[in-house]
Amino acid sequence: MRFAALASRNLKETVREPLSVVFEIGLPLIFMLMFWALGKNLGEDMFTATMQLPAVVIFGFSFLMSISAITLARDRQSTLFLRLLTTPLKSGDFIAAYSLPYVLIAIFQIAVCFAMAALLGLEIIGNIGIVFLIFILMAVCLIGLGMFIGSIFTENQANIAGSAVIVFVAVLGGCWMPLKFVGGVFESIGYALPFAHAIDAARNVLNGSTLGDVSIDLLWVIGYTVAFFILGAVCLGWKTKE
Amino acid sequence: MGYIEDKNNFAIQTFNITRKFGNLTAVDGVNLGVKKGEIFSLLGPNGAGKTTIIKMLCCLLRPTGGTGAIMGYDIQEEPLAVKSIIGISPQETAISLHLNSLENLELICGVYGMSKEETKKRSEEILELMSLTKRAKDRAGKLSGGMQRRLSIAMALVSDPLVLFLDEPTLGLDPQARRSMWEQIAGLKGKKTILLTTHYLEEADALADRIAIIDEGKIIALGTSGELKNKIQDKQIMIVKAKNLTHEAIEGLRKIYPDAREIEGGVEIRAKEISFERIVNYLHSEGTKIESTLIKEPSLDDVFLQLTGKEIRE
Repeated sequence: MRFAALASRNLKETVREPLSVVFEIGLPLIFMLMFWALGKNLGEDMFTATMQLPAVVIFGFSFLMSISAITLARDRQSTLFLRLLTTPLKSGDFIAAYSLPYVLIAIFQIAVCFAMAALLGLEIIGNIGIVFLIFILMAVCLIGLGMFIGSIFTENQANIAGSAVIVFVAVLGGCWMPLKFVGGVFESIGYALPFAHAIDAARNVLNGSTLGDVSIDLLWVIGYTVAFFILGAVCLGWKTKE
Repeated sequence: MGYIEDKNNFAIQTFNITRKFGNLTAVDGVNLGVKKGEIFSLLGPNGAGKTTIIKMLCCLLRPTGGTGAIMGYDIQEEPLAVKSIIGISPQETAISLHLNSLENLELICGVYGMSKEETKKRSEEILELMSLTKRAKDRAGKLSGGMQRRLSIAMALVSDPLVLFLDEPTLGLDPQARRSMWEQIAGLKGKKTILLTTHYLEEADALADRIAIIDEGKIIALGTSGELKNKIQDKQIMIVKAKNLTHEAIEGLRKIYPDAREIEGGVEIRAKEISFERIVNYLHSEGTKIESTLIKEPSLDDVFLQLTGKEIRE
């Protein structure tokens, strides 16, 4: 359990940085409110709380990914990380310490977004447990991606890469606009990535679809989650042994 | 062969340890033996190879030749055993800025697997030792540079390591903070084996039991401060500050003392034996008005100058 001390430090470092809290919690809620108000004015179903919840949660994870990547990249360049490499911590400890705190933050993000959506008229017809599972899988997927970016890039590069992923999630995930409206090659790229699958699956389950109905989308999400997390873990493990 | 037999009571040993970076040889076949409880200083200019030696001994960098041992454990074959008994304070302050002083120490206790009770006890002891008790709950980022450095060393000490590596522990500190840090380090004498790197001669002189002078990756001299000073041929140095000191007067002085050299506002004379009276009489005869004279003991700076032909801060 040596990793717990470093994990606790990483959690404190993140939540004590006011900007992190604004981006991870405040911004997704502002987006939800903004699009909900837009939906009210336009009478557009796309912007109801039920449709917005999956988009806002997964969009929020993209900020979490960016912050975790920047934190890791900054730490790797620091002498504190050098000091930690001279302690009995093993690669697995570093991987756990740079992923588990962000899973906790992701769970908090999900709870806050659910609470806000409930206030704005969230309707849950399907199994909420499956929605939660999809969200957690996407959180782990993006945390793995953050670990990969933070392991191979410098702080500045991680900042740029993180911003690019945020844009990908927003545009190619179909957060605010159905991908079929974009069409063509961008729709194909969007559905070659996990974000749109996760958002579609969560929206469908909230509207009454079963696990079987969303199994294809879920397989895309699981595949990317396993791939990104392994990639991130391998890269961080390699950096701690380099 | 993880454990190297420790016949000589050495805490740190290197055996022809070498590290090359491409064509550059940063550390070139260094052999060292640091005794248990000793404060040992690696003294040399920037780029001499001091930090590279520490990185290899802390298992952060693999030697490209030779090896080293900490308390008998080979640094390449038993890195986990080595890591469990060492503490390091890197050259730059290595602390977590958003954590307070106590939390920084708890972080290190945690990664060494110490119990809650042990963590509390050790953290309080170390905060006291490093005069940080009053700032225990203050965020590390809000501490002064000197306090941050003390916290960094406290983090190296809190796990109660047998061997402590202090890499340029007073670099960038003001003279007052440096003095204070020296007192803290001197307080550890005999309790911990300490390998201290520095390019401050007075630091090595004040703290170290033995000093190795390192230049271009090689140890060029090793001994106590006194032993090193005895190595130099010029046992006496006289500095004369004077007015009306002409070039001709200095040239004349060089006929008696060939190593006499002009310095700002005067002349420095180095020789095995210096005749105070002879120099003063000569300068007076040349019409020089002497303002002050000083005969000083050779310093480590003089040792370094003699051994390498250059100043340590060049």
